[in-house]
Amino acid sequence: MGSEYAIEAEDLRRTYRARTGWLKPQRTEVEAVRGVTFTVGRGELFGLLGPNGAGKTTTIKLLNTLLIPTSGSARVGGHDVVRETREVRRRIGYVFGGDRGLYDRLSALDNLRYFAELYGVPAREQKRRIAELLDLVGLAGRERERVEGYSRGMRQRLHIARGLLHTPEVLFLDEPSIGVDPVAARELRRTVADLASTGTTILLTTHYMAEADELCDRIAVISDGRLQALGTPTELRRRADGRRVVEVEAYGVPESAVDALRDLPGVRETAVEARGALQLLTVHSDAHVDVQGDVLRELAGIRLGRVDSREPTLEDAYVAIVSAAA
Amino acid sequence: MSTLRLLTVGTLLHAKQISRSPFEIVIALVVPVVQATLAVYLFRSGGEQHRLLEAAVGAGVMGVWSSVLFGSGGAIQNQRWQGTLEMIMLAPRRPVLVVLPITIATGLTGTYALLATLIWGRLLYGIRLHFAHPVAFVVAAVVCVVALGMFGLLLAATFVLMRNANALANTLEYPVWLVSGMLVPITVLPVWTGPIAAVLPTTWGARALREATSGGPVWPSLAVCLAISLLCLALGAVALTHVERRARAAATLALA
Repeated sequence: MGSEYAIEAEDLRRTYRARTGWLKPQRTEVEAVRGVTFTVGRGELFGLLGPNGAGKTTTIKLLNTLLIPTSGSARVGGHDVVRETREVRRRIGYVFGGDRGLYDRLSALDNLRYFAELYGVPAREQKRRIAELLDLVGLAGRERERVEGYSRGMRQRLHIARGLLHTPEVLFLDEPSIGVDPVAARELRRTVADLASTGTTILLTTHYMAEADELCDRIAVISDGRLQALGTPTELRRRADGRRVVEVEAYGVPESAVDALRDLPGVRETAVEARGALQLLTVHSDAHVDVQGDVLRELAGIRLGRVDSREPTLEDAYVAIVSAAA
Repeated sequence: MSTLRLLTVGTLLHAKQISRSPFEIVIALVVPVVQATLAVYLFRSGGEQHRLLEAAVGAGVMGVWSSVLFGSGGAIQNQRWQGTLEMIMLAPRRPVLVVLPITIATGLTGTYALLATLIWGRLLYGIRLHFAHPVAFVVAAVVCVVALGMFGLLLAATFVLMRNANALANTLEYPVWLVSGMLVPITVLPVWTGPIAAVLPTTWGARALREATSGGPVWPSLAVCLAISLLCLALGAVALTHVERRARAAATLALA
């Protein structure tokens, strides 16, 4: 086993360089990860949260050997991800969300059989292992159907089965519940929790706060390529202590009204989320200032739905952390 | 043993995946049949009636070559599009063992072209499938598929790094089947093409198949074809290891 940590990242940096144009080529550089340091203990379920483009997937790919860091170092199971690539690969599983990554014209069984060979699962164990995993992810009985006929949830479950074929010590889950319906997402969370309880170290990235809150032992919030906060869900929630949140459902809120809300005394942050025709306004304020009346006054004349004033959640803490970093 | 299993299972499953693509199958069957038809008319008008079987075989070998060429480039590009390239490169295996089954599978599915041109010739033009060395023909066809798969691996090593690999593939298709003498004897080509032809495994593979069809020493040509291909395999294996590392540095394994 060697190291006391399953994952160690030290000052990891990754810059993407691209060249565009032919006659007058222009070089562009994007710093996706800018010095990320953290450790994940063995058997820990560690969450990596952040907005789109924050550097979550790049961080995972640096740790699972798909990308080489521009600088810094990382070890998985005590093995260096650049120098001991094959040792690292033997110990890890990688599951990402979405429709891609499977052989669509083959059956689930063929996919699993192929990856079992690739990942060196001994021939005599393959049949039993594949049957076990099909059972675990609820695809038993459907394994001979072509993957192209699978729903998104089924594909996602097949991804997970594939990632677990060689019983990895460390599992990287990159937004596994993206696009999955709520029932399937709940089953997925249960599977992840079960895996963690059997000692598998899991690094999970997700957009869903409830998922992170329910599953993760510790969470790192990443934004703009840097870690902005790291702690248990309870510790992170405290980041929003001293705040109160007013939520207003509204229809057709102009930008000027949102700006006006931002300037109200006691208001720390505002956010607008479009949900079809509806807009959900979230106003963070100092806990001792009651801004609800002022908010409603600013929104006078706009059609409103539910209005709610509440204690901050982990999601609010996350918004506070990411907004502070912006 | 485990390596052989991986290569066999990988080749069969990739061949299955390719064979289930209606597009791939139509391309594999229609283009060589058109080329075979043209070749039959050319040979007929040249008064070379006795060489019609060679024309059918030659057009079939062109199909195998096209399948390997576009397969090696296209399959890797396809793996990228499907998001499977990262997943297979992430396996704790040498890159050569991951990519070789794909390139051999493209050679294997290329034999559909060979079968199609032979059946087409027999049914439409009544070409008698009378091979001078029938057993040697089958062995040569199998060796050709594996050999071209190995050659494809060397091409694949280049293609992994290039996001527009199909541009290179397009420029290689016709010159190689022309220089290799798949249809036109290399003796009628300019002298300067000789050295290029001599180092291409396609030249020796096509020659072995032609000799098995119309008579001649099949085995020496086949041995040279296999030797060059093994060299390609060795070079490809080294190149792939280097290329995989570069791809991880340049972030070209995924689409984004």
